[in-house]
Amino acid sequence: MSPILDFIILSMTVICAIGALSVKDLLGASIVLGAYSFLLCLAWAIMGAVDVAFTEAAVGAGVSTVFFVAAVFHTTRETKD
Amino acid sequence: MKTFAKITIIFCLGIFLWQSWDLPDWGDKNSPASGHLSPYFAKNTMKDSHVPNIVSAILADYRGFDTMFETAVVFSAGLACFFLLRRKPPKTKSKYYRHLPTGITVKITGEGKEPSKDSKVFRQIDSLWTPYDLIIRKTTQYIIPFVQIFALYVVAHGHYSPGGGFQGGVILAATIILFAVSRNLVAGLRWVSEKAASVSAAIGVFIYAGAGAMCIVLGKVFLNYEALREVFGTDSVMARYYGIFVVEIGVALAVTTVMIWLYYNLSSSGKHDEGL
Repeated sequence: MSPILDFIILSMTVICAIGALSVKDLLGASIVLGAYSFLLCLAWAIMGAVDVAFTEAAVGAGVSTVFFVAAVFHTTRETKD
Repeated sequence: MKTFAKITIIFCLGIFLWQSWDLPDWGDKNSPASGHLSPYFAKNTMKDSHVPNIVSAILADYRGFDTMFETAVVFSAGLACFFLLRRKPPKTKSKYYRHLPTGITVKITGEGKEPSKDSKVFRQIDSLWTPYDLIIRKTTQYIIPFVQIFALYVVAHGHYSPGGGFQGGVILAATIILFAVSRNLVAGLRWVSEKAASVSAAIGVFIYAGAGAMCIVLGKVFLNYEALREVFGTDSVMARYYGIFVVEIGVALAVTTVMIWLYYNLSSSGKHDEGL
């Protein structure tokens, strides 16, 4: 795969990771974390680990985002720190 | 305290980046993993178990213990969530029922008599109920069967293509979660009840461990599927093939139902009355 695509996906993964930590709205943070998982899934797929990419897409980007949203819905939407 | 945490994180990041120069390159032929392990798996998987997808063979056969305890971990995660969150819904809280033919909402408080659970005209609704959107209702109604077929395909074709029990199970669970999100939690509970979810999660782990224990009974070591050749009526290579398949089904059953169970507990904070 082309190094440029690698670089774009990896840098976007890092940006999403930092964004998920720094966003004050927890609902937004969980969505950004889903985007992070999806970008990581693309990175796995580029490296040829298709099984891991599949798992990351299904668990990381799919179901865990729903769990985070459910947890935010029943706790608080704003972070304390 | 916050600056201390930041300093610690930056320090750890520095150590990690510094040490990462010593990690082998991606696809390095001289790395320890490529030395003897990967060539061994690439050479012997087809001979040992007749499975084209080497990852499946490694996960379910060569490292069967690992996957069995992974399944057990998923099950205990569901169990932990159940013990932490599950409680009875408060008795005093009023329930809302919608009379489907007329669209009238009935509020039942305290000791009022509730309609029967399988009533055709009264449907329980959430307190924050809004009229169901036609697009959401029809889209989920048409998309769910196809996604479920795809999930079963992923489980059944774990030998040939990427996928297997974990992925297929999560996708299957996602359809039921999608149904519960698009209607309400009670509709989801009518489809897969909490009892069915928890019992089948245990059954899924039991299928995996039972397939392993069966091998002991038939005279081999734990999880050596060669012993099952009498059961399947094939030679030892195909016995491994079918053994992997049985194990994948166990994983899929456990993962599906644990994910649904987790969703029920998380989305209603353990009360199982109103979800997202």
